[in-house]
Amino acid sequence: MRLSPGPQRRGGVAGTPRAWLRVHGRLLASGFRRGAAYRGAALGGLVANVTFGFLKVSVLTAAVAAGGGELGGYDEAAIVAYAWLSQALLGSVNLFGRTDLADRIKDGSVAVDLLRPLDVQTATTAQEVGRALFQLLPRGLPIIVLGVLVGGMRLPTDPPTLALGLLSALLAVVLSYLLVYLVAASGFWTVETRGLQVLYMIVSGFLAGLFVPVTLFPSWLYALAVATPFPSLLQVPIDVISGRVDGAAALGAVGVQVAWVAAAFAVGHLMTRAGRRRLEVQGG
Amino acid sequence: MADLDQAPARAGTHRSTTALAALAAWWRPYRAVLTSRVRAQTSYRGSFALDLASSVLIGLVELAEIWVLYRSVDALGGLDLAAVLLVFGIADTAFSTADLFVGHVDTLPRYLRAGTLDVFYLRPQPLLAQLVTSEISLRRVTRIGVGLTALAVGLAVNDIAWSPLVVAFLVVVLLASTLTFAGLFVAAAGVQFFLVDASEMTNAVVYGGRYAATQPASVWGKPLVALFGFAVPIAFTAYLPVVALLGLPGAEWLPSWLGWLAPLAAVWTWAVALLAWRTGVRHYQGGGG
Repeated sequence: MRLSPGPQRRGGVAGTPRAWLRVHGRLLASGFRRGAAYRGAALGGLVANVTFGFLKVSVLTAAVAAGGGELGGYDEAAIVAYAWLSQALLGSVNLFGRTDLADRIKDGSVAVDLLRPLDVQTATTAQEVGRALFQLLPRGLPIIVLGVLVGGMRLPTDPPTLALGLLSALLAVVLSYLLVYLVAASGFWTVETRGLQVLYMIVSGFLAGLFVPVTLFPSWLYALAVATPFPSLLQVPIDVISGRVDGAAALGAVGVQVAWVAAAFAVGHLMTRAGRRRLEVQGG
Repeated sequence: MADLDQAPARAGTHRSTTALAALAAWWRPYRAVLTSRVRAQTSYRGSFALDLASSVLIGLVELAEIWVLYRSVDALGGLDLAAVLLVFGIADTAFSTADLFVGHVDTLPRYLRAGTLDVFYLRPQPLLAQLVTSEISLRRVTRIGVGLTALAVGLAVNDIAWSPLVVAFLVVVLLASTLTFAGLFVAAAGVQFFLVDASEMTNAVVYGGRYAATQPASVWGKPLVALFGFAVPIAFTAYLPVVALLGLPGAEWLPSWLGWLAPLAAVWTWAVALLAWRTGVRHYQGGGG
C-alpha cells in the first residue's frame, strides 16, 4: 500500500505546542521505563563497558607515560578522565547505528507509525532519548564512580561547569539518535540498511574518538573529523565535562553541538517527508 | 541422495577406506550446508560486497587507532610499531578465522528466546557440532585478509632469525590462537544458557578479548593480567608468542618463555568451554510449547 501525506498529521493529539510537549514528554518517560525493564541487558552492558574501560585506560596511560608524562595535551589525569568518561557515555550515546525504526521500516510496520497523528522523527527521538537517559543510571553513573574511586579521576564540580557538561552530554545523546535516524530513514529508499548501519558504526566510533581522542589525530585527519558531526558525540561532551575545555571555548563547543542537532533534525525532517511518499509496503 | 546410501557399503571392504569413508560421510553433509550458506550469503550481491568492504574497513580503523598512538611515542609497553604490527597480525588473523568458522554460535540467545533451539535436539547429532556446522560467516574472509597482510608486513619488518623452528612455531601459534578464540566463542555460548538477555556480559570477554589480544599485555595492571593473562588466556594468543619470537623481555607476571605455551592456552580454553557448554545444555529446560 502507499501512504499519502495524511491531513490528520498536523491536527490531532499534538496540535498545540502544549499538547506536543505533553505527548513527547510521555513518550520520553515511556522510553525511560522501557530501558528500566531490561535490567539484565543493562548489567551486561555495564560489564562490557567496564572491561573495555580498563583496557583503554591501560594502553592510553602507557602512551602518556611513554610520551614523558604528556601526549597531545593530555597528562595522565586527563587521559584517565577521557577513557572513563567515554565508557560512561557509551551506554547512552548511540554509536552502533542500530535502532528499532530500521526494522520497522524493513518489515513495513512503520506504516502504522505514519498513520498516527505524530511526527515519526520527533516521536521516536523522544522515546529513544528516554531510553538512553535511563542507561545513564545503570551504565553511566557506576562507571564515573569507578573512574573516581579506582582510576583516581577528578572532575570539576562547580555548578556552571557541571550544568554545561550535563547539557553537552544531553545534546550528544539527542544528536546520536538524530544521526542514527538518518541511517534508518534511508531505508525508505533502500529497505535494507544493515550495510549502511555497519559502515556508520565503524566511521562514527573512530571519528567520535571512541578509542583514541580525536585531538591526537594528525592534522589532516583531525580536520576531516571535525568536519563531521561525530566529535560532538564523545570528544566534545568529554572535553566539557572534564573541564579540559572551559569558558568561552566550552560555550563554543556546545554551540557546535546545537548546530549539528539542528542540521541533523532538518535533514531527517526532509527525509521523513520525502520518504513517506516513497514508502511502499508489500502485502497487506 | 544416491551416493549418500552407497557410502557405508563401499566402506566395509578395507580398514583404511573405512576411515576415509567415515571422513567423507562426515564431510558430505557439512559441505552441503556450507555450499547452501555460501549461496545464500552471496545472493544479495550488493549487500555482500558492502559486508566484505566493511570488514576490511574495521580492520583498517583498528590499525589506524594503533598508528595514531604510535605517532607520538616510540614504544608502548616495550613493543615498537613493528612488533605491535606482528601482535595485531597474529591476533586478528586468529580471531577472524575463529569467527568465520564458529563465531555464529553467539546467535544462541536468539534461538533461546525464540524457542527454536529445541529443533536441534530432534536431530541425531551433538548440539554443539550442529550449531557450529550450521553456518559460516563468509564476510569475515576479508577481515582475515587484513590480519594476514598485517602479519606478513610484521614478519618482514621485524628482525627475525628465520629457521624451520621459527616457521613451525608460527604455524603452531596461529593454530593454537585460532583454537583459543574458537573455545572462547563456545564458552561464551555455554554461559548464554544462563544469561539469555545479558549477552553483552560475554561480549566483554569475547570482543574485549579481541581488543586485548592486539595490545601489548605489558601495559596491563594486575586485575587485567589475572583476567586476560591467565583466566582467559588472551596474552598467549599473540603478545607472548611475539615477545618469545623477538627475544624481548616479557612483563612482570608474563615472562616471555610463556610464549611457547600457546597450545596449553588452547587446551585450557577448550576444557573450560566444553565444561561451560555441558553445564549450559544440562541447565536448559526447553522452549516450552
